Amino acid sequence: MVGNISFNQIRLIAAKEFWDRIRNRWVLAVTLVFAVFALLIAYFGAAQQGAVGFRGIEVTIASLVSLVIYLVPLIALILGYDAVVGERERGSLDLLLSMPVTRLEVLLGKFFGLSAALSLSTLAGFGSAGVVLAYQLNLEALFHYFGFVLSAVLMGMAFLSMAVMVSVLASDRARASGAAIALWFFYVLVFDLLLLGGLVVSGGGVSGDVFSYLLLLNPADIFRILNIFSMEEVKTLYGLATVFPEALANPWLLGMLMVFWIVAPLGVALWKFE
Amino acid sequence: MADQVIEVSRVSKHFGEIRAVDDVSLAVERGELFGLIGHNGAGKSTLFKMMLGLLPLSSGEIRINGRSVQGRDFREVRRGVGYLPENVVLYDNLTGLETLHFFAGLKGVALSDCRPVLDKVGLKHAAGRRVRGYSKGMRQRLGFAQALLGKPSLLFLDEPTTGLDPEGIREFYRILHELRAQGVTAILTSHILAEIQERVDRLAVMRSGQIQALGTVQALREEMDLPLHLVIRPKEGELAGLLEGLAAHGLAGAEVVNCQVVLACPREEKVSLLHLASAFAPKIADFHIREPSLEDVFLGHGAAGKEK
Repeated sequence: MVGNISFNQIRLIAAKEFWDRIRNRWVLAVTLVFAVFALLIAYFGAAQQGAVGFRGIEVTIASLVSLVIYLVPLIALILGYDAVVGERERGSLDLLLSMPVTRLEVLLGKFFGLSAALSLSTLAGFGSAGVVLAYQLNLEALFHYFGFVLSAVLMGMAFLSMAVMVSVLASDRARASGAAIALWFFYVLVFDLLLLGGLVVSGGGVSGDVFSYLLLLNPADIFRILNIFSMEEVKTLYGLATVFPEALANPWLLGMLMVFWIVAPLGVALWKFE
Repeated sequence: MADQVIEVSRVSKHFGEIRAVDDVSLAVERGELFGLIGHNGAGKSTLFKMMLGLLPLSSGEIRINGRSVQGRDFREVRRGVGYLPENVVLYDNLTGLETLHFFAGLKGVALSDCRPVLDKVGLKHAAGRRVRGYSKGMRQRLGFAQALLGKPSLLFLDEPTTGLDPEGIREFYRILHELRAQGVTAILTSHILAEIQERVDRLAVMRSGQIQALGTVQALREEMDLPLHLVIRPKEGELAGLLEGLAAHGLAGAEVVNCQVVLACPREEKVSLLHLASAFAPKIADFHIREPSLEDVFLGHGAAGKEK
């Protein structure tokens, strides 16, 4: 116990959430989805260029990044939007809160339990695909692949954190699911278009750097930059990323920003929940 | 006072313009079974949640075992409290025993205490089954078991017998009275007023966020001055004659319910009415006096509230 936070209470709630997702086969289903997609992309990702088969780690990761940017935020938002509002609506939240626990412990327990389920699915899904690919990879490629999986885990946690925030703020499940879908549309589909639109409309009046910094307001873009900037060959495939200022292309800095994206929505959630 | 387990002092809870609980004060003593009754929206659940520290107060103070429920030592206060919410919802994916293990962990109760509690509420056979397959009554029993974990000295039971069959209700009150004998205090609400009136020591009637009446059932009956009812079952074929005879004595207000004659009578006229009835002895097969039920008390207070 630190201050008035009991780690044991957080652990108990997290364990319950985690085993719930194991038991209802959520983790298994998501793991299979990730593994199948990862393998399909590794072998057929270059089919448009008229070739099939593994084309090298950099191209594979570039293709996987495009997939993961759609899939992981969606799965994280679906996993988390129900966490608090669902229990409130079903009526089990009052009983939980009547226990010797604080609201902080309940919220952190739920977040960590769901994070563990999502992270396990991500690690196991892309990890198993990695094992299949491993014999074609050298150490450096494996390192890149590991970085890709780790950043996918962090991005999942960032969107999960947003989902938990939505779950606290929403008055009912229907609104929470609507808000979760809206977040996905905004960050995954609309955000980049808005920036590109802004860049074109400004006609060069605003420095390109400003738009690069604006990318950091989106954890999905941070994930993309993290994976693309680490590889020279891939960088050339992306137009927008190449205008990105080198100063911000530091993986540690980007990693810290991702952590900020995990902590900030959770902080808002806690503030409103208390 | 040391023996007051729950002290509610001038507590109010306002949601904007709505005064869900308005200047309520009450005290529950150690070892007491205390009933809280009122219509839906009367403020019972809001008051319950404030006593449990689930809702902040707009004003006033609540002390449980002499301590604030929202103070720094709230964990200690809550360990001594068991709560069964209205329409208890548990986790469908867990078995009965796992459910108790989860709550036992949070309450800091040894896991080995869970099976005996499950046995106590009659769920021994269903310990390993998932809650998903439980009936409403079984869920209610499991909810009660959860409230009993850690041998709490104070129980908050919101509509505790919902979904239980008559045998289950009897068994529930048997356990509750056994616990009271051990010094456990319980505060409970119920919609089935007839059920609660014979079983609580004292009760409070809530209406529009205020306590309308507080006391023992008998004290409330007397305070309300509600009429008693003399119920007479006439002999076969004597109903018409009996009614005529009563009317002749100025008792024209008799009602006939299920071939029985029901006469309302002020408490102080009870004996004279018995004398009168005895004059019709040849026509009467049986009779008894019915005390006003808690429902009458409740509705009586409700009506008084409406007039205000």
